[in-house]
Amino acid sequence: MKKTKLFIILSFLLTNTFAQVEKGSLLIKNGTVLTVTKGTLEQTDVLVKDGKIAQIGKNIAAPAGVKVMDATNHFVMPGIIDAHSHIALDAINEATSPVTAEVAEADVVDPLTVSIYRALGGGVTTIHAMHGSANAIGGQCETLKMRYGTYDPEVLKMEGAPRTIKFALGENPTRVHGEGNGIAPRTRMGVEFVIRQAFSEAKEYAATWEKYNKNKLVKTFRGVPPNYNYRLEVLSDILNDKVIVHCHSYRADEIYMMLKVCKDFGIKRIVFQHVNEGFKVAPELAAYGAMASVFSDWWAYKFEVYYSTAYNAAILTKNGVVTSINSDDAEMMRHLYHEAAKTQKYGGLSDDEALSLITINPAKQLGIDNRVGSIEVGKEADIVIFKNHPLSIYGVPMFTIVDGVVKFDRENDADDQRLFVDPKQSIETASFRDKVNEHDNCMVDAENNLNSIIFQSDKK
Amino acid sequence: MKNFQLITSKVSNLQKVGNLSSTKKTTSMYLTTTLGLVVAFICLFVLKLEAQSPKGKYRNVALTNATVETITKGTIANGTVLIVEGKIAGVGTNVSIPAGTEVIDCKGLRIYPGMIDAGTNLGLSEISTISRTTDFNEIGEVIPQMKALTAINPNASAIPVTRISGVTTTLSIPTGGMLAGTAALINLHGYTPDQMYAGFEGIVLSFPNTGRRGFFDRRTDDEIKKASEKALSSLNDVWEKATQYHKLDSATKGKAGYYPELQALVSVIRGEQTLLVEVNASKDITAAMKWLKEKKIKKPILTGVAEGWRVADEIAKSTIPVIAGGMLELPSRDYDRYDKPYANPGLLKKAGVKVAIKSESGNNNYRNLPYHAGFAVAYGMNKEDALKAITIIPAELFGVADKLGSIEVGKSATLFICNGDPFETKTQVSHVFIEGWQIPMVSRQTELYDEFLKREPGVKK
Repeated sequence: MKKTKLFIILSFLLTNTFAQVEKGSLLIKNGTVLTVTKGTLEQTDVLVKDGKIAQIGKNIAAPAGVKVMDATNHFVMPGIIDAHSHIALDAINEATSPVTAEVAEADVVDPLTVSIYRALGGGVTTIHAMHGSANAIGGQCETLKMRYGTYDPEVLKMEGAPRTIKFALGENPTRVHGEGNGIAPRTRMGVEFVIRQAFSEAKEYAATWEKYNKNKLVKTFRGVPPNYNYRLEVLSDILNDKVIVHCHSYRADEIYMMLKVCKDFGIKRIVFQHVNEGFKVAPELAAYGAMASVFSDWWAYKFEVYYSTAYNAAILTKNGVVTSINSDDAEMMRHLYHEAAKTQKYGGLSDDEALSLITINPAKQLGIDNRVGSIEVGKEADIVIFKNHPLSIYGVPMFTIVDGVVKFDRENDADDQRLFVDPKQSIETASFRDKVNEHDNCMVDAENNLNSIIFQSDKK
Repeated sequence: MKNFQLITSKVSNLQKVGNLSSTKKTTSMYLTTTLGLVVAFICLFVLKLEAQSPKGKYRNVALTNATVETITKGTIANGTVLIVEGKIAGVGTNVSIPAGTEVIDCKGLRIYPGMIDAGTNLGLSEISTISRTTDFNEIGEVIPQMKALTAINPNASAIPVTRISGVTTTLSIPTGGMLAGTAALINLHGYTPDQMYAGFEGIVLSFPNTGRRGFFDRRTDDEIKKASEKALSSLNDVWEKATQYHKLDSATKGKAGYYPELQALVSVIRGEQTLLVEVNASKDITAAMKWLKEKKIKKPILTGVAEGWRVADEIAKSTIPVIAGGMLELPSRDYDRYDKPYANPGLLKKAGVKVAIKSESGNNNYRNLPYHAGFAVAYGMNKEDALKAITIIPAELFGVADKLGSIEVGKSATLFICNGDPFETKTQVSHVFIEGWQIPMVSRQTELYDEFLKREPGVKK
């Protein structure tokens, strides 16, 4: 009796803490497998067991009860990883201070948005759900898996993925705080100072605690503990390389500045986001071991991206910088495979180099490359099956698989994939993009300051 | 592009030579150095010859051994296109090349007519969010007399970026108010707007809409509906006035007085000028078609038409042609199938609508036009139809099919040469001709590539 009770309690606890992530088993037969890290394997099978890749080879027999998918004349590639996204979040910008390291996107994950399904339709299986770029030091970001179908935000979170945080240089923080609020930073000088000041305070804070913790061990010590400050806790963790910095940046000068700040404070793990002028400081980025996550070809939507080139990803790659191509956009994330292919037009990257930009490289940038980003035995079974090569314009994702579970099936899915139907929204309401401001997704929620600026300048 | 790679590899040769000459000198090194200097000299000489002049070149040229995709008359294998005085003087397998004509061997390459993007603000916008660099949005709701052609900057940085990808001709559209101005079709080569003008202007109407404009638009459904109703009633007022002006103007033989807005609209009422009607939500498309019929507009074109697939049969029945796009968009409603924006042009075509495809306005990435068309193909449109949708169909819609949109004798030599399917992302465009001018294959973006691929100095100076 007692044992049964214990079993019930235990199984209840287990299902509530771990078991909600669904894991599947599959045999994908006879596809052209683009492993990305280990070459291309023709007419090859991939066996998935309990959410992980168990075997890759020819003529693998299907274990009993395992679903078989025929991938003959199809391409099998690792799930696409978007290192810069803002979907599945209820709030993007805590634009109230130039430093907001204390806030976290983990608290506002929205599993109900249909954007997740649409991302799956473009072969995306993992995203970096980021804080916006209103603040020099923004909030903490969250790495999510596109496990669409759940109502539980916890299920979307990629358990065990390293912590990451958003930083932002240049026009966005200076516009929001300098122009909008009349406080520093209003210039790139100010941005540097705000970051150095925050790190210096964190260093002092950590030292105070360290001293207190040391003193505490002495029996006769009578002092009180220092004030706890979560913002400074997070910043100290950055200084100890426990959090990967993802730094929104565009111009070469500000990227170079941030490299020097990192060097001075001993921060090793830094990924530059957007980094349109990264190509100008590619040797410095490579020498430092900093990584870059870029757009394929966006430019000219504001001054700091005016001197851009679509060859950015190729120049960075050829200079030895670990580079990814991201979307920052709920539409573009649906065809990152096409965006990656543009590096073949602009810079002649090989198939593997181009595919790396949307698979293993973003995985490295998020610190999850030991788990996803390539088709290798032991890795999580996040897989896309394409009709036509994914780098061809005619490539179409047919199935998207997360943890061995088919989450997108082009032929058989119903049209309407909403998990939540807004009772207040008229079915006649259609919405279309504002073409002029569409590239400023990073600035959602910072709009109270921005609205006036953007719409005024629009009207002039 | 080929030239760039060539030049780049030569530059790297030079580098190697330079490094050698600065290393410790041994006898063998002397030899290498001497040899190196000779090579360097030759390289420099070749470099100078091969460096692209930033100017266009105008002369008679024969493009031989090419696969010629005429669009209107099929594909010609091993064909020649002869360009004489800016026009196509011969197309086929048996074209006699006049003595002294420069020959470009296009073995392994394909020739297509220049692509036409019917939805841009190219030349009117340098940096889209900095108003001082944009000229597409004049003050006023009813200002059809504002002419895009006036404000086209022939040296906009996006023009070379666009044309070296094979997009040779664009419609530059003013936007903002309800009747925001007159759009102009331009060829992407020339030093004055008139040199660029490609023979078509059309008045732009942003039809009163019930759609929402992105995440900044926080109006309630009710507010949107009221705004749209108000806009329609003011449009009707304007049209009533323009119609009266037309009568008065006819009766007085052109002495009805100076009313610039109405004078601009009269050309539409008289059926002389095209009305480009931007409309996206299905309800609005239906309303727009009804309005166009009521007002007996003779030359209407629907543009945008994002939800066209929802009312495709109705549009087909109206026989009003459509310029669909941008294609790379999210579904306009949460419950719609995920791929509807990609499938839209194909579904319209299937219903019998005459469809051109445009890219998206406002982002200076018109070089992506072939990819918009390519996505339409990946999601159901016939490839030939998609190719026509960015060449001959827009040319027909703008009444310039006698000059543009296909490779035919007598037409303007506005074409590009590439090494494969132009929709395929990795395909390289090697040559572009616009009205017979051979365009240098450079833009600021390629120049940055050449300068920074192997930056000198590197980390250490």
